[in-house]
Amino acid sequence: MKFQQIDQFAAHLRPSTRAAVYDGSKKGHEKRTQVLFDHYPDPDRLRQLAGEIKQHVIENLDTYLPAIEAKLKANGVIVHWAATAEAANEAVLAIMRARNATRMVKAKTMVSEETELAHFLEKNGVECMETDLGEFIVQIDHDHPSHIVKPIIHKNRRDIATSFEKNGLGAYNDDPQTITRRARDFLRKKYLVADVALTGANFLVAESGRLVLVTNEGNSRFCLAATRCHIAMVGIEKILPRDRDLGLLLNLLGRSGTGQQLTVYTEFITGPRAPAQPDGPDEMHVILVDNGRTDVLASDCRDILRCIRCGACLNVCPVYRQASGHAYRSVYPGPVGAVLSPLLMGKDFPEKADLPKASSLCGACNEVCPVDIPIPDLLLRLREKGKREHSAAAAAGTPPMGAWSLLASQPTAWKAALLGGRIINYLPTKMLPIPALRAWEGKRSLPAWRGGEFRHWLKGRARSPGAPPPTSGGQSPRPS
Amino acid sequence: MSNDRETILTRVRDALAPLKERAPLPDWDTELAIMRRLVPAHEPWVLFCERLVAVNGLPLDSAAALAAWLREHQHLHGYCDPALWPRLAAHFGEGFTVETEYDRARVDDYQFGITAAAGAVAETGTLILDDRATTRRLAALTPWVHIAVLSRAAIFADLQQAVAAMGDDPNIIWCTGPSKTADVEGILIEGVHGPGIQIALLLG
Repeated sequence: MKFQQIDQFAAHLRPSTRAAVYDGSKKGHEKRTQVLFDHYPDPDRLRQLAGEIKQHVIENLDTYLPAIEAKLKANGVIVHWAATAEAANEAVLAIMRARNATRMVKAKTMVSEETELAHFLEKNGVECMETDLGEFIVQIDHDHPSHIVKPIIHKNRRDIATSFEKNGLGAYNDDPQTITRRARDFLRKKYLVADVALTGANFLVAESGRLVLVTNEGNSRFCLAATRCHIAMVGIEKILPRDRDLGLLLNLLGRSGTGQQLTVYTEFITGPRAPAQPDGPDEMHVILVDNGRTDVLASDCRDILRCIRCGACLNVCPVYRQASGHAYRSVYPGPVGAVLSPLLMGKDFPEKADLPKASSLCGACNEVCPVDIPIPDLLLRLREKGKREHSAAAAAGTPPMGAWSLLASQPTAWKAALLGGRIINYLPTKMLPIPALRAWEGKRSLPAWRGGEFRHWLKGRARSPGAPPPTSGGQSPRPS
Repeated sequence: MSNDRETILTRVRDALAPLKERAPLPDWDTELAIMRRLVPAHEPWVLFCERLVAVNGLPLDSAAALAAWLREHQHLHGYCDPALWPRLAAHFGEGFTVETEYDRARVDDYQFGITAAAGAVAETGTLILDDRATTRRLAALTPWVHIAVLSRAAIFADLQQAVAAMGDDPNIIWCTGPSKTADVEGILIEGVHGPGIQIALLLG
């Protein structure tokens, strides 16, 4: 049978990778629950509020975007707009060229993964260094992140030690402490010679123009302490209305993402460094990036733009845990990715229309979401869209429905099929006629086929009103 | 790029035009997001100490205790904010090399860095640094040990108060414990890019 792509991927996963992903995501989920419910009497109320605030922003982006632009400019920030990935990358390169800069350090940005900025800059002669430990390892391995907040959840320490050795970062040593120290020593030299720091933003506050960045490692802080120019690539949906809303969203972000009350470093930036401060950028740029977001806004799945990229839905998702992030073939994996990634494809939606089917619709993703996104509802809408657009990817692994529609529209054929279906009770599994059924039966047992019994029972009832329904073989009647 | 501005804003307006109504902005009670079980259970410094320890930070309440800790751990070479040094120098004594100028060409020479904190949050054990209070961003970040000097009056009881008090400093950073990662197999390692040890020193 033809499996869905995500199943094919999961089937070939190394057992060690599957174990690493499963353990990592499960641990993340357990910590989150414990911390949220230990700290607050009503964490669900906080999630709903945060969801309402972000929904308000995305439904009023037409006023928030000009407002944030004005505020940023007033704070001395240079504002750029980029409708596409190419425009965003070109904007970064133009800033680098204007400064004759050839070295960049990069922290905390998923938008630049979307636009494949690092690759673009390297081609144009700019060294672009990832500074988050996980992202750095992904970079030297020419790999891709497989989790929103734990990019190397799919690797174990032996994988990492091997690639450090291969990349000249010391002899093989798989002690996590040694790995971290080596990266520390290597990367601090990179920060200190870089001219430009590139970051994303966790939040951008309309009221004050504050750009908020959170990291545990301190890498974005080092970027903004060592370099002279700060470029932030920010998705247009990252806005919050008021500073006070940070008091809600920051509390939810740390707890949902990593089970921490607060991420270690939370940095609030309103512009270039203060005049008396010797360290840090004297030039700051914000690039407001669309890259498909306005298509999402125009769709009936715009709620997904509330997402604050905490990764809680990945950690709790039974499909993510089995398949790992790379199975989603996208920058954004897991339940959020199953909604966002196909939508960000724009007119190429059908290519990733299988992702909304990579879910059992169990609803756990919605329950843990810090901004209460109804992910299962959105997945259903996208399944329908995939069907309407006749996506081959979405149809993979689905039994053909032509025979069904013939039977359902011809009563005689239907009746014959009900009786004839009894043959299934005697067929060995591998001779079942429908591939999907064969795969299903391979892991489970079908109940016995009792086609026609309901009709039989109903007929009996109609002939003798008031009489108890006939039973067959001592069992209660079942609908056929 | 001004073209992209118009493109994006037009797309946004078109996308929102069919909406019959827009979601309103909810007001919310900051009380909801305060860990009331903790705050204000104690005097702010006492709670701050408890919460700082919970995130693997170290609170100290005298210059003498700091000097003793540094000596015990053989961290004898460091940087100190020149405005703070006169208040600390008497306790450091022989064996220490303390510079009041930070040289970014020698980042690894400084085992410790002493800078002023702009404030703290008791509820979360967070130290608040900003551009005006911190002499050098790098000095608070590159040494293995960072000591943030704090005054009692600058401690906020909870995070909501700290948010409300954020002024116009262009760069504010909240530090909640030492720099850390769990990227490798979920194992906690401290001291990734920033300090491996975060100390809060109460002075006044």
